[in-house]
Amino acid sequence: MTAAEIAASVRSGTQTALEVTEAAIARAEADPYNAFTDVTAARARSQARAVDARAVKGPLAGVPFAVKNLFDIQGLPTRAGSTINRTRPPATGDAPLIQRLEAAGAVLIGGLNMGEYAYDFTGENVHDGASRNPHDPARMTGGSSGGSGAAVAGGLVPIALGSDTNGSIRVPASLCGIFGLKPTYGRLTRAGTFPFVASLDHLGPFARSVADLALAYDAMQGPDPADPVCDPRAPEPAVPGLDSGLHDCRIAIAGGYFEHGAGDQALAAVASCAAALGATRRVELLAVGPARAAAYLITASEGAALHLDRLRHRAAEFDPAVRDRLIAGALLPGVLVQQAQRFRRWFRAQVLETLAEVDILLAPATPCSAPLIGQTMMELAGVPVPVPVPVRANLGIFTQPISFIGLPVVAVPVRDGAMPIGVQVIAHPWREDLALRVARRLEQTGVAAPFA
Amino acid sequence: MTDAHVTDKWVTEAAAQLGITLDPAWTPSVRSHLELMLRLAGTMLDRPLPDEAEPAPVFRA
Repeated sequence: MTAAEIAASVRSGTQTALEVTEAAIARAEADPYNAFTDVTAARARSQARAVDARAVKGPLAGVPFAVKNLFDIQGLPTRAGSTINRTRPPATGDAPLIQRLEAAGAVLIGGLNMGEYAYDFTGENVHDGASRNPHDPARMTGGSSGGSGAAVAGGLVPIALGSDTNGSIRVPASLCGIFGLKPTYGRLTRAGTFPFVASLDHLGPFARSVADLALAYDAMQGPDPADPVCDPRAPEPAVPGLDSGLHDCRIAIAGGYFEHGAGDQALAAVASCAAALGATRRVELLAVGPARAAAYLITASEGAALHLDRLRHRAAEFDPAVRDRLIAGALLPGVLVQQAQRFRRWFRAQVLETLAEVDILLAPATPCSAPLIGQTMMELAGVPVPVPVPVRANLGIFTQPISFIGLPVVAVPVRDGAMPIGVQVIAHPWREDLALRVARRLEQTGVAAPFA
Repeated sequence: MTDAHVTDKWVTEAAAQLGITLDPAWTPSVRSHLELMLRLAGTMLDRPLPDEAEPAPVFRA
Protein backbone atom coordinates (compact mmCIF):
# COMPACT_ATOMS: atom_id res chain seq x y z
CA MET A 1 0.00 0.00 0.00
CA THR A 2 1.11 3.56 -0.58
CA ALA A 3 1.44 5.99 2.29
CA ALA A 4 -1.67 7.81 1.09
CA GLU A 5 -3.67 4.56 1.08
CA ILE A 6 -2.42 3.59 4.53
CA ALA A 7 -3.31 6.99 5.97
CA ALA A 8 -6.77 6.88 4.38
CA SER A 9 -7.41 3.41 5.79
CA VAL A 10 -6.30 4.41 9.28
CA ARG A 11 -8.41 7.57 9.19
CA SER A 12 -11.46 5.60 8.04
CA GLY A 13 -10.93 2.88 10.65
CA THR A 14 -10.37 0.09 8.12
CA GLN A 15 -7.18 -0.75 9.98
CA THR A 16 -5.44 0.67 13.03
CA ALA A 17 -2.07 2.37 13.10
CA LEU A 18 -0.93 -0.35 15.48
CA GLU A 19 -1.80 -3.09 12.96
CA VAL A 20 0.10 -1.25 10.23
CA THR A 21 3.02 -0.73 12.60
CA GLU A 22 3.22 -4.38 13.68
CA ALA A 23 3.43 -5.43 10.04
CA ALA A 24 6.15 -2.85 9.34
CA ILE A 25 8.16 -3.95 12.39
CA ALA A 26 7.97 -7.55 11.21
CA ARG A 27 9.22 -6.58 7.76
CA ALA A 28 12.03 -4.46 9.21
CA GLU A 29 13.14 -7.23 11.56
CA ALA A 30 13.22 -9.71 8.65
CA ASP A 31 14.97 -7.14 6.41
CA PRO A 32 16.69 -9.08 3.60
CA TYR A 33 18.42 -5.98 2.19
CA ASN A 34 20.58 -4.94 5.15
CA ALA A 35 18.67 -1.68 5.05
CA PHE A 36 17.91 -1.31 8.76
CA THR A 37 20.60 -0.75 11.38
CA ASP A 38 18.11 -0.15 14.22
CA VAL A 39 14.46 -1.16 14.58
CA THR A 40 12.74 1.07 17.14
CA ALA A 41 9.87 -1.32 17.82
CA ALA A 42 8.86 -0.13 21.30
CA ARG A 43 8.61 3.55 20.39
CA ALA A 44 6.85 2.65 17.13
CA ARG A 45 4.15 0.75 19.01
CA SER A 46 3.80 3.61 21.47
CA GLN A 47 3.49 6.17 18.66
CA ALA A 48 0.99 3.97 16.81
CA ARG A 49 -1.21 3.70 19.89
CA ALA A 50 -1.06 7.48 20.26
CA VAL A 51 -2.14 7.93 16.64
CA ASP A 52 -5.02 5.50 17.12
CA ALA A 53 -6.14 7.52 20.14
CA ARG A 54 -6.15 10.84 18.29
CA ALA A 55 -9.46 12.35 17.22
CA VAL A 56 -7.77 14.04 14.24
CA LYS A 57 -5.25 11.63 12.84
CA GLY A 58 -3.25 13.69 10.33
CA PRO A 59 -2.29 13.31 6.67
CA LEU A 60 0.24 10.55 7.39
CA ALA A 61 -1.82 8.67 9.99
CA GLY A 62 -0.15 5.36 10.77
CA VAL A 63 2.33 5.59 7.88
CA PRO A 64 5.55 3.73 8.74
CA PHE A 65 8.79 5.52 7.90
CA ALA A 66 12.49 5.14 8.60
CA VAL A 67 15.47 7.48 8.50
CA LYS A 68 19.09 7.35 7.40
CA ASN A 69 21.08 6.82 10.57
CA LEU A 70 22.54 10.32 10.53
CA PHE A 71 19.19 11.61 11.87
CA ASP A 72 19.02 11.98 15.63
CA ILE A 73 16.69 9.34 17.09
CA GLN A 74 16.12 9.87 20.79
CA GLY A 75 17.96 7.26 22.81
CA LEU A 76 20.34 6.13 20.07
CA PRO A 77 23.84 7.40 19.28
CA THR A 78 23.71 9.08 15.87
CA ARG A 79 26.16 6.81 14.10
CA ALA A 80 26.14 8.39 10.61
CA GLY A 81 27.40 5.12 9.17
CA SER A 82 30.53 5.13 11.31
CA THR A 83 31.83 3.10 14.23
CA ILE A 84 33.48 6.17 15.74
CA ASN A 85 30.13 7.87 16.42
CA ARG A 86 28.77 4.85 18.26
CA THR A 87 30.69 6.02 21.30
CA ARG A 88 28.73 9.29 21.30
CA PRO A 89 26.05 9.69 23.95
CA PRO A 90 22.54 8.77 22.83
CA ALA A 91 20.60 11.58 21.17
CA THR A 92 18.49 13.46 23.68
CA GLY A 93 15.76 14.22 21.16
CA ASP A 94 14.54 13.47 17.65
CA ALA A 95 15.56 15.45 14.57
CA PRO A 96 12.90 18.08 13.74
CA LEU A 97 11.99 16.31 10.49
CA ILE A 98 11.15 13.16 12.46
CA GLN A 99 9.08 15.27 14.85
CA ARG A 100 7.22 16.88 11.96
CA LEU A 101 6.42 13.55 10.27
CA GLU A 102 5.22 12.12 13.59
CA ALA A 103 3.10 15.24 14.18
CA ALA A 104 1.39 14.37 10.88
CA GLY A 105 0.68 10.88 12.22
CA ALA A 106 3.61 8.91 10.77
CA VAL A 107 5.34 6.19 12.83
CA LEU A 108 9.13 5.85 12.97
CA ILE A 109 10.22 2.23 12.52
CA GLY A 110 14.01 2.72 12.78
CA GLY A 111 17.37 3.88 11.47
CA LEU A 112 18.82 2.94 8.09
CA ASN A 113 22.20 1.90 6.75
CA MET A 114 24.35 4.47 4.92
CA GLY A 115 27.82 5.07 3.56
CA GLU A 116 30.18 6.23 6.29
CA TYR A 117 29.70 9.90 7.14
CA ALA A 118 27.70 10.23 3.86
CA TYR A 119 30.90 10.44 1.77
CA ASP A 120 29.69 7.79 -0.64
CA PHE A 121 27.67 7.05 -3.77
CA THR A 122 27.63 3.22 -3.51
CA GLY A 123 25.59 2.24 -0.44
CA GLU A 124 28.46 0.10 0.76
CA ASN A 125 29.56 0.29 4.38
CA VAL A 126 32.70 -1.37 5.67
CA HIS A 127 31.30 -1.61 9.22
CA ASP A 128 27.67 -2.61 8.68
CA GLY A 129 27.91 -4.27 5.28
CA ALA A 130 26.45 -3.04 2.00
CA SER A 131 22.77 -2.27 1.70
CA ARG A 132 21.43 -4.54 -1.06
CA ASN A 133 19.41 -3.59 -4.10
CA PRO A 134 15.97 -5.23 -3.81
CA HIS A 135 15.89 -5.79 -7.57
CA ASP A 136 19.15 -7.76 -7.50
CA PRO A 137 20.79 -8.27 -4.10
CA ALA A 138 24.20 -8.67 -5.75
CA ARG A 139 24.00 -5.05 -6.88
CA MET A 140 24.51 -1.72 -5.19
CA THR A 141 21.68 0.42 -3.88
CA GLY A 142 23.67 3.55 -4.57
CA GLY A 143 24.46 5.88 -1.71
CA SER A 144 25.05 7.31 0.55
CA SER A 145 21.36 6.91 1.53
CA GLY A 146 21.57 3.24 0.54
CA GLY A 147 19.41 1.84 3.32
CA SER A 148 16.74 4.45 2.53
CA GLY A 149 16.67 3.35 -1.11
CA ALA A 150 16.54 -0.35 -0.22
CA ALA A 151 13.88 0.05 2.48
CA VAL A 152 11.48 1.86 0.17
CA ALA A 153 12.22 -0.12 -3.01
CA GLY A 154 11.94 -3.38 -1.06
CA GLY A 155 8.56 -2.43 0.39
CA LEU A 156 9.75 -2.39 4.01
CA VAL A 157 8.37 1.13 4.52
CA PRO A 158 6.55 3.45 2.10
CA ILE A 159 8.58 6.52 3.08
CA ALA A 160 12.21 7.00 4.10
CA LEU A 161 14.35 10.06 4.71
CA GLY A 162 17.86 10.58 3.44
CA SER A 163 20.42 13.28 2.92
CA ASP A 164 21.85 14.58 -0.35
CA THR A 165 25.10 16.56 -0.40
CA ASN A 166 26.16 15.71 -3.95
CA GLY A 167 23.54 13.17 -5.00
CA SER A 168 22.96 10.85 -2.05
CA ILE A 169 19.16 10.86 -2.48
CA ARG A 170 19.07 10.94 -6.28
CA VAL A 171 21.68 8.22 -6.88
CA PRO A 172 20.00 5.54 -4.73
CA ALA A 173 16.57 6.60 -6.03
CA SER A 174 17.90 5.96 -9.54
CA LEU A 175 19.58 2.64 -8.79
CA CYS A 176 16.68 1.35 -6.68
CA GLY A 177 13.91 2.49 -9.06
CA ILE A 178 11.95 4.79 -6.74
CA PHE A 179 11.12 8.49 -6.42
CA GLY A 180 13.37 10.81 -4.45
CA LEU A 181 13.14 14.53 -3.72
CA LYS A 182 16.13 16.74 -3.08
CA PRO A 183 14.49 20.05 -2.20
CA THR A 184 15.97 23.52 -2.69
CA TYR A 185 19.01 24.19 -0.50
CA GLY A 186 17.61 25.71 2.68
CA ARG A 187 14.06 24.40 2.29
CA LEU A 188 14.06 21.65 4.95
CA THR A 189 15.73 22.05 8.31
CA ARG A 190 18.85 19.98 8.85
CA ALA A 191 18.84 20.46 12.61
CA GLY A 192 19.31 17.28 14.58
CA THR A 193 21.23 15.48 11.85
CA PHE A 194 24.92 14.69 11.67
CA PRO A 195 26.39 17.03 9.04
CA PHE A 196 28.82 16.37 6.22
CA VAL A 197 29.33 19.54 4.14
CA ALA A 198 27.39 22.49 5.55
CA SER A 199 27.60 24.37 2.23
CA LEU A 200 25.90 21.55 0.34
CA ASP A 201 23.88 19.37 2.73
CA HIS A 202 20.17 18.80 1.99
CA LEU A 203 17.59 16.41 3.46
CA GLY A 204 14.63 14.88 1.68
CA PRO A 205 12.22 11.96 1.26
CA PHE A 206 12.05 8.76 -0.82
CA ALA A 207 8.76 7.11 -1.83
CA ARG A 208 7.22 4.75 -4.38
CA SER A 209 4.72 7.34 -5.64
CA VAL A 210 4.80 11.06 -6.31
CA ALA A 211 1.78 11.64 -4.06
CA ASP A 212 3.61 10.00 -1.15
CA LEU A 213 6.72 12.02 -1.86
CA ALA A 214 4.69 15.24 -1.80
CA LEU A 215 2.80 14.21 1.36
CA ALA A 216 6.05 13.66 3.24
CA TYR A 217 7.61 16.84 1.82
CA ASP A 218 4.65 19.00 2.82
CA ALA A 219 4.67 17.63 6.36
CA MET A 220 8.34 18.57 6.80
CA GLN A 221 8.35 22.16 5.47
CA GLY A 222 8.68 25.26 7.59
CA PRO A 223 11.33 27.49 9.12
CA ASP A 224 13.63 26.40 11.91
CA PRO A 225 16.06 28.82 13.56
CA ALA A 226 18.09 25.83 14.75
CA ASP A 227 19.44 25.45 11.20
CA PRO A 228 21.06 28.72 10.07
CA VAL A 229 20.65 27.70 6.43
CA CYS A 230 16.93 26.90 6.70
CA ASP A 231 14.97 29.64 4.95
CA PRO A 232 12.39 31.51 7.04
CA ARG A 233 9.71 31.21 4.35
CA ALA A 234 6.37 29.69 5.29
CA PRO A 235 5.45 26.22 4.01
CA GLU A 236 4.42 26.10 0.35
CA PRO A 237 2.41 22.87 0.12
CA ALA A 238 2.81 20.86 -3.07
CA VAL A 239 -0.02 18.36 -2.57
CA PRO A 240 -2.94 20.69 -3.38
CA GLY A 241 -1.58 21.52 -6.86
CA LEU A 242 -0.15 18.12 -7.71
CA ASP A 243 -2.78 17.38 -10.37
CA SER A 244 -3.23 20.93 -11.61
CA GLY A 245 -1.44 20.19 -14.89
CA LEU A 246 1.58 21.66 -16.59
CA HIS A 247 -0.11 24.49 -18.54
CA ASP A 248 2.66 26.49 -20.23
CA CYS A 249 5.50 24.76 -18.43
CA ARG A 250 8.64 25.00 -20.59
CA ILE A 251 10.59 21.77 -20.41
CA ALA A 252 13.98 21.10 -21.97
CA ILE A 253 16.60 18.37 -22.08
CA ALA A 254 19.97 19.22 -20.53
CA GLY A 255 22.49 18.71 -23.32
CA GLY A 256 26.26 18.88 -23.50
CA TYR A 257 27.86 17.66 -20.26
CA PHE A 258 24.77 15.63 -19.34
CA GLU A 259 24.96 13.57 -22.54
CA HIS A 260 28.67 12.76 -22.29
CA GLY A 261 29.39 9.81 -20.09
CA ALA A 262 25.77 8.72 -19.91
CA GLY A 263 25.10 5.17 -21.06
CA ASP A 264 22.42 4.22 -23.57
CA GLN A 265 19.93 3.32 -20.84
CA ALA A 266 20.38 6.69 -19.13
CA LEU A 267 19.94 8.61 -22.38
CA ALA A 268 16.94 6.50 -23.39
CA ALA A 269 15.30 7.19 -20.03
CA VAL A 270 15.68 10.94 -20.52
CA ALA A 271 14.34 10.62 -24.08
CA SER A 272 11.30 8.67 -22.84
CA CYS A 273 10.48 11.36 -20.29
CA ALA A 274 10.99 14.13 -22.82
CA ALA A 275 8.70 12.38 -25.33
CA ALA A 276 5.98 11.87 -22.72
CA LEU A 277 6.13 15.56 -21.86
CA GLY A 278 6.37 16.76 -25.46
CA ALA A 279 9.74 18.35 -24.76
CA THR A 280 12.01 18.73 -27.76
CA ARG A 281 14.16 21.68 -26.77
CA ARG A 282 17.76 21.08 -25.72
CA VAL A 283 19.73 23.55 -23.62
CA GLU A 284 23.36 23.48 -22.69
CA LEU A 285 24.57 24.87 -19.38
CA LEU A 286 27.99 26.52 -19.28
CA ALA A 287 30.92 25.12 -17.30
CA VAL A 288 29.18 22.13 -15.76
CA GLY A 289 32.40 20.12 -15.49
CA PRO A 290 34.20 22.85 -13.54
CA ALA A 291 31.10 23.18 -11.36
CA ARG A 292 31.31 19.52 -10.47
CA ALA A 293 35.02 20.02 -9.75
CA ALA A 294 34.26 22.92 -7.43
CA ALA A 295 31.64 20.85 -5.57
CA TYR A 296 34.21 18.07 -5.23
CA LEU A 297 36.75 20.45 -3.66
CA ILE A 298 34.29 22.06 -1.25
CA THR A 299 33.11 18.61 -0.21
CA ALA A 300 36.60 17.29 0.48
CA SER A 301 37.72 20.40 2.33
CA GLU A 302 34.62 21.06 4.44
CA GLY A 303 34.30 17.36 5.18
CA ALA A 304 37.92 17.30 6.31
CA ALA A 305 37.38 20.32 8.54
CA LEU A 306 34.37 18.65 10.15
CA HIS A 307 36.34 15.48 10.85
CA LEU A 308 39.77 16.98 11.55
CA ASP A 309 39.84 16.05 15.20
CA ARG A 310 38.77 12.49 14.41
CA LEU A 311 41.41 12.30 11.66
CA ARG A 312 44.03 13.43 14.18
CA HIS A 313 43.07 10.97 16.89
CA ARG A 314 41.02 8.09 15.45
CA ALA A 315 42.03 7.85 11.78
CA ALA A 316 42.41 4.08 11.82
CA GLU A 317 38.75 3.66 12.79
CA PHE A 318 37.42 5.25 9.57
CA ASP A 319 36.43 3.37 6.44
CA PRO A 320 39.73 3.64 4.52
CA ALA A 321 37.97 4.90 1.38
CA VAL A 322 36.45 7.75 3.37
CA ARG A 323 39.52 8.47 5.50
CA ASP A 324 41.96 8.81 2.62
CA ARG A 325 39.74 11.28 0.74
CA LEU A 326 39.19 13.32 3.91
CA ILE A 327 42.92 13.48 4.61
CA ALA A 328 43.52 14.59 1.01
CA GLY A 329 40.81 17.20 1.52
CA ALA A 330 42.56 18.45 4.65
CA LEU A 331 45.67 19.10 2.56
CA LEU A 332 43.95 21.13 -0.16
CA PRO A 333 45.24 24.71 -0.41
CA GLY A 334 42.70 27.12 1.05
CA VAL A 335 42.82 29.32 -2.03
CA LEU A 336 41.32 26.54 -4.14
CA VAL A 337 38.37 26.12 -1.79
CA GLN A 338 37.76 29.87 -1.69
CA GLN A 339 37.89 29.90 -5.48
CA ALA A 340 35.37 27.04 -5.55
CA GLN A 341 32.98 29.08 -3.40
CA ARG A 342 33.39 32.06 -5.72
CA PHE A 343 32.80 29.73 -8.68
CA ARG A 344 29.61 28.52 -7.03
CA ARG A 345 28.03 31.95 -7.02
CA TRP A 346 29.17 32.63 -10.60
CA PHE A 347 27.82 29.27 -11.83
CA ARG A 348 24.47 29.86 -10.12
CA ALA A 349 24.09 33.15 -11.98
CA GLN A 350 24.95 31.50 -15.30
CA VAL A 351 22.46 28.68 -14.79
CA LEU A 352 19.65 30.97 -13.67
CA GLU A 353 20.22 33.10 -16.76
CA THR A 354 19.84 30.03 -18.95
CA LEU A 355 16.80 28.91 -16.99
CA ALA A 356 15.09 32.26 -17.62
CA GLU A 357 13.67 30.60 -20.74
CA VAL A 358 13.10 27.14 -19.26
CA ASP A 359 11.06 25.99 -16.26
CA ILE A 360 12.20 22.37 -16.05
CA LEU A 361 15.37 20.60 -17.13
CA LEU A 362 15.59 16.85 -17.66
CA ALA A 363 18.92 15.10 -17.10
CA PRO A 364 20.11 11.61 -16.23
CA ALA A 365 20.34 10.86 -12.51
CA THR A 366 23.15 8.33 -12.92
CA PRO A 367 25.31 7.35 -15.90
CA CYS A 368 24.26 3.70 -15.57
CA SER A 369 22.07 1.33 -13.58
CA ALA A 370 23.32 -0.39 -10.42
CA PRO A 371 26.89 -1.76 -10.52
CA LEU A 372 27.72 -4.96 -8.66
CA ILE A 373 28.50 -4.66 -4.95
CA GLY A 374 32.27 -4.54 -4.61
CA GLN A 375 32.80 -3.19 -8.12
CA THR A 376 35.31 -0.35 -7.88
CA MET A 377 35.80 0.72 -11.51
CA MET A 378 33.45 1.34 -14.42
CA GLU A 379 33.60 2.81 -17.92
CA LEU A 380 31.67 5.91 -18.84
CA ALA A 381 29.92 5.68 -22.19
CA GLY A 382 30.07 8.29 -24.91
CA VAL A 383 33.58 9.54 -24.17
CA PRO A 384 36.15 9.52 -26.99
CA VAL A 385 38.47 7.02 -25.32
CA PRO A 386 36.70 4.98 -22.64
CA VAL A 387 38.94 4.50 -19.63
CA PRO A 388 37.99 2.90 -16.33
CA VAL A 389 36.96 5.44 -13.70
CA PRO A 390 36.16 4.88 -10.02
CA VAL A 391 32.54 3.89 -9.39
CA ARG A 392 32.46 5.66 -6.02
CA ALA A 393 33.10 9.13 -7.42
CA ASN A 394 31.48 8.83 -10.83
CA LEU A 395 27.98 7.60 -9.98
CA GLY A 396 27.31 11.22 -9.02
CA ILE A 397 28.66 13.06 -12.05
CA PHE A 398 25.18 14.22 -13.10
CA THR A 399 23.79 15.01 -9.65
CA GLN A 400 26.78 16.87 -8.19
CA PRO A 401 26.63 20.00 -10.41
CA ILE A 402 22.91 20.49 -9.64
CA SER A 403 23.05 20.25 -5.84
CA PHE A 404 26.11 22.51 -6.05
CA ILE A 405 23.72 25.41 -6.67
CA GLY A 406 20.87 24.03 -4.61
CA LEU A 407 18.22 23.54 -7.32
CA PRO A 408 15.28 21.30 -6.37
CA VAL A 409 15.16 17.93 -8.13
CA VAL A 410 12.74 15.01 -8.23
CA ALA A 411 14.45 11.80 -9.32
CA VAL A 412 11.90 9.68 -11.20
CA PRO A 413 12.33 5.95 -11.90
CA VAL A 414 12.03 4.80 -15.50
CA ARG A 415 11.08 1.26 -16.51
CA ASP A 416 13.58 0.11 -19.10
CA GLY A 417 15.97 -2.79 -18.97
CA ALA A 418 16.72 -5.39 -16.32
CA MET A 419 17.54 -2.81 -13.66
CA PRO A 420 15.98 0.60 -13.08
CA ILE A 421 17.49 4.00 -13.78
CA GLY A 422 16.37 7.49 -12.84
CA VAL A 423 15.91 10.85 -14.51
CA GLN A 424 16.37 14.18 -12.74
CA VAL A 425 13.47 16.62 -13.06
CA ILE A 426 15.19 19.89 -12.17
CA ALA A 427 13.32 23.10 -11.34
CA HIS A 428 14.07 26.70 -10.41
CA PRO A 429 14.89 27.42 -6.77
CA TRP A 430 11.83 27.02 -4.51
CA ARG A 431 9.76 25.35 -7.26
CA GLU A 432 9.62 21.86 -5.84
CA ASP A 433 5.89 22.04 -6.57
CA LEU A 434 6.54 22.25 -10.30
CA ALA A 435 9.12 19.45 -10.29
CA LEU A 436 6.60 17.28 -8.42
CA ARG A 437 3.84 18.14 -10.91
CA VAL A 438 6.07 17.11 -13.80
CA ALA A 439 6.98 13.90 -11.97
CA ARG A 440 3.28 13.29 -11.40
CA ARG A 441 2.58 13.70 -15.12
CA LEU A 442 5.35 11.22 -15.91
CA GLU A 443 3.84 8.81 -13.38
CA GLN A 444 0.37 9.21 -14.91
CA THR A 445 1.68 8.52 -18.41
CA GLY A 446 3.32 5.34 -17.15
CA VAL A 447 6.83 6.40 -18.12
CA ALA A 448 7.84 6.82 -14.49
CA ALA A 449 6.92 4.05 -12.10
CA PRO A 450 8.55 2.33 -9.17
CA PHE A 451 10.51 -0.63 -10.44
CA ALA A 452 8.80 -3.90 -9.50
CA MET B 1 63.17 10.69 -6.53
CA THR B 2 60.06 10.26 -8.64
CA ASP B 3 57.20 12.76 -8.63
CA ALA B 4 55.20 10.27 -6.58
CA HIS B 5 57.95 10.11 -3.97
CA VAL B 6 58.11 13.90 -3.81
CA THR B 7 54.34 14.16 -3.43
CA ASP B 8 54.28 11.38 -0.83
CA LYS B 9 56.91 13.25 1.20
CA TRP B 10 54.88 16.46 0.96
CA VAL B 11 51.65 14.63 1.91
CA THR B 12 53.31 13.08 4.96
CA GLU B 13 54.85 16.34 6.13
CA ALA B 14 51.74 18.44 5.51
CA ALA B 15 49.56 15.90 7.31
CA ALA B 16 51.97 15.95 10.25
CA GLN B 17 51.67 19.75 10.39
CA LEU B 18 47.92 19.24 10.88
CA GLY B 19 48.52 16.65 13.58
CA ILE B 20 47.43 13.73 11.39
CA THR B 21 49.70 10.72 11.70
CA LEU B 22 49.70 8.87 8.41
CA ASP B 23 50.24 5.13 8.34
CA PRO B 24 52.70 4.75 5.44
CA ALA B 25 50.31 2.26 3.86
CA TRP B 26 47.72 5.03 3.45
CA THR B 27 50.03 7.51 1.73
CA PRO B 28 49.69 6.33 -1.90
CA SER B 29 45.90 6.42 -1.65
CA VAL B 30 45.90 9.89 -0.05
CA ARG B 31 48.32 11.09 -2.71
CA SER B 32 46.14 9.66 -5.46
CA HIS B 33 43.04 11.43 -4.09
CA LEU B 34 44.94 14.70 -3.70
CA GLU B 35 46.25 14.48 -7.26
CA LEU B 36 42.69 13.95 -8.52
CA MET B 37 41.48 16.96 -6.54
CA LEU B 38 44.26 19.13 -7.93
CA ARG B 39 43.47 17.99 -11.48
CA LEU B 40 39.82 18.89 -10.92
CA ALA B 41 40.87 22.23 -9.47
CA GLY B 42 42.76 22.88 -12.69
CA THR B 43 39.55 22.57 -14.72
CA MET B 44 37.94 25.14 -12.45
CA LEU B 45 40.88 27.55 -12.58
CA ASP B 46 40.88 27.40 -16.40
CA ARG B 47 37.76 29.57 -16.30
CA PRO B 48 38.76 32.95 -14.81
CA LEU B 49 36.14 34.58 -12.62
CA PRO B 50 35.25 38.27 -12.58
CA ASP B 51 36.66 40.14 -9.58
CA GLU B 52 33.09 40.80 -8.47
CA ALA B 53 32.35 37.10 -7.98
CA GLU B 54 31.56 36.91 -4.26
CA PRO B 55 32.10 33.61 -2.46
CA ALA B 56 28.80 31.78 -2.09
CA PRO B 57 28.57 31.64 1.73
CA VAL B 58 27.01 34.74 3.21
CA PHE B 59 27.25 35.52 6.92
CA ARG B 60 24.61 37.72 8.50
CA ALA B 61 25.40 39.21 11.88
